[in-house]
Amino acid sequence: MVLCALLIPLLGAASLFVGVSDVSLATLFGADNNRAVQVLLVSRIPRTVALVLAGAGMAVAGTIMQMLARNRFVEPSTAGTVESATLGILVVMLVTPGIPVIARAGVASAFALAGTALFLAILRRIPLRSVLLVPLVGIMLGGVISAVSTFFAYRFDMLQSLGAWTNGDFSGVLRGRYEMLWISFGLTVLAYIAAGRFTVAGMGDDFTTNIGLNYRRIVALGLVIVSMVTATVVVTVGMIPFLGLIIPNVVSMILGDNLKRSLPWVAVLGAGFVLACDIIGRLVLYPYEIPIGTVVGVIGSVFFLYLLLRKNARVA
Amino acid sequence: MSLDVGIRRKPLPSRTILAILAAVALAAIIGFMTLGANGRWGFVLPFRGAKLASILLVAYAVGVSTVLFQTITNNRILTPSIMGFDALYILIQTVLVFALGANTVSALDPRWLFLVEVTVMVVFSAILYRWLFAAEGRSLHLLLLVGVVFGILFRSITSFLQRIIDPNEFLVLQDRMFASFNNADSDLLLVSAVLIGVASLAGWRILHTLDVLALGRDTAISLGVDHRRTVSIILVIVAVLVSVSTALVGPVTFFGLLVASLAYQLIPSHRHRLILPAAVLLGIICVVGGQIVLERIFGLDSALSIIIEFVGGLVFLSLLLKGATR
Repeated sequence: MVLCALLIPLLGAASLFVGVSDVSLATLFGADNNRAVQVLLVSRIPRTVALVLAGAGMAVAGTIMQMLARNRFVEPSTAGTVESATLGILVVMLVTPGIPVIARAGVASAFALAGTALFLAILRRIPLRSVLLVPLVGIMLGGVISAVSTFFAYRFDMLQSLGAWTNGDFSGVLRGRYEMLWISFGLTVLAYIAAGRFTVAGMGDDFTTNIGLNYRRIVALGLVIVSMVTATVVVTVGMIPFLGLIIPNVVSMILGDNLKRSLPWVAVLGAGFVLACDIIGRLVLYPYEIPIGTVVGVIGSVFFLYLLLRKNARVA
Repeated sequence: MSLDVGIRRKPLPSRTILAILAAVALAAIIGFMTLGANGRWGFVLPFRGAKLASILLVAYAVGVSTVLFQTITNNRILTPSIMGFDALYILIQTVLVFALGANTVSALDPRWLFLVEVTVMVVFSAILYRWLFAAEGRSLHLLLLVGVVFGILFRSITSFLQRIIDPNEFLVLQDRMFASFNNADSDLLLVSAVLIGVASLAGWRILHTLDVLALGRDTAISLGVDHRRTVSIILVIVAVLVSVSTALVGPVTFFGLLVASLAYQLIPSHRHRLILPAAVLLGIICVVGGQIVLERIFGLDSALSIIIEFVGGLVFLSLLLKGATR
């Protein structure tokens, strides 16, 4: 684990220097360094920071969802959260296209919140809920919600923008276009402060009430954090599928479920994983780029299958 | 136990229901061919006829493949498309363009290419799903989730490869892939019809064992069915049918589920010779009727598959919540 953490600054540095435009120590400190410095400040540094913030945020959001739904296979893209946020953005773009980005994120958060709450409400109604049924319901709910979005997008010729939000891509990140992700960073910190509560909530309603905490309030707080993180990430860079599934499961295999201890590692590994995937996406087809959503989609679904099919799967 | 037996209206006999469905389907077809036609019939009829033919083939392929698949997996909620069959087919198409290059692909006769794709599809899906269903003690939920995730994986790899393919080659692929009910690929009509015919003949020969198979694996084996062999044959048939429908109109995830669960609800019998035609007729009514309603009444031309996804998704969720998977 510590070794992994040490890798992250390296990945971050690599992310600064990988790209079409030639940025290296030589060009930065060379005689004619204007261009390189500008590329670094306007594009590379914002991109790297955005990667770290989004990765950490989504991984933490996934962890919290898993605690609240008490299910290892749940994360924003298997619970209808991402699709609801996308629907929210679409509605904003249709009703008031000129609204500032921050308000767009606000509406997307509200939709994400409603979608996730709907998911949890459906879960409560499932008789004899099975562990595997939960993500299944989530994925299908997401499918239904995105059918609604597709319908409206199709009616109003916005299919292409819809595609941009549903597939995460950091290539458009420039200075001035990613700063909203700091909100998600703030929420991540908030999640860490409340980590102990989420651990307790993960043990169930009765247990939480027994030790004198308000279960509903913790769930509400968790939902708000998850929805806002998801919405800001979807609004700024688009969806990164399965991230909140992979990282928390890896960390919990090694460290167990005490969030106070594991949450920093979740954030760090999430950031590292996203950095690595983005660098892969930039290198495979150099000088073109493959969006990170696609890279993570492949890696993430393979990992999900591994979780499901490995021998003596600890299903819980 | 059931006290309401006397109160419940006696269900219509299955054959009557089938006849009604057939009449509605026929009416929809006639409506589809004639409504709003304000050109010369010599143009309108062949033009709409090709469209209609592909819709009929797809309705047949989807209805039959879904019911067969549900029979061998012994439940009412798994369908080939939910388990990622059509995503696999599109992946195979993409890989072919990727491996051979667009020039080779477009130089080939589309019909031969289609046959190659179907063959690869049959081999792969048979291996993959054989392996998936062979393991003992896997719960239905696990299978379902694994299938869904396989579908996501196939789609992700497809979009990954599509990004790598150079844009000109991608255009070739796009032409082939974004078929819809409105823009069906009519080059393939004849060869699809032949494939469906062959698959149906194979299916016809084992029609009587299907009802036995539906009783469950152990019962079927003790009644003398060669379970392994029959299931393999059916998987091949399903793979062929799914390839045909995906090649003609592209993937429609929940269409099969919608049609099959409607058929099971309408027909008070579990015999395949009644369920299968009902599913096919319902498929025709859904697509042809839906197309008429959308085009003529609401003026939406190609939103049908989106609406089918929406309604089918709701049906799927309600089946899950009602506990149909237990």
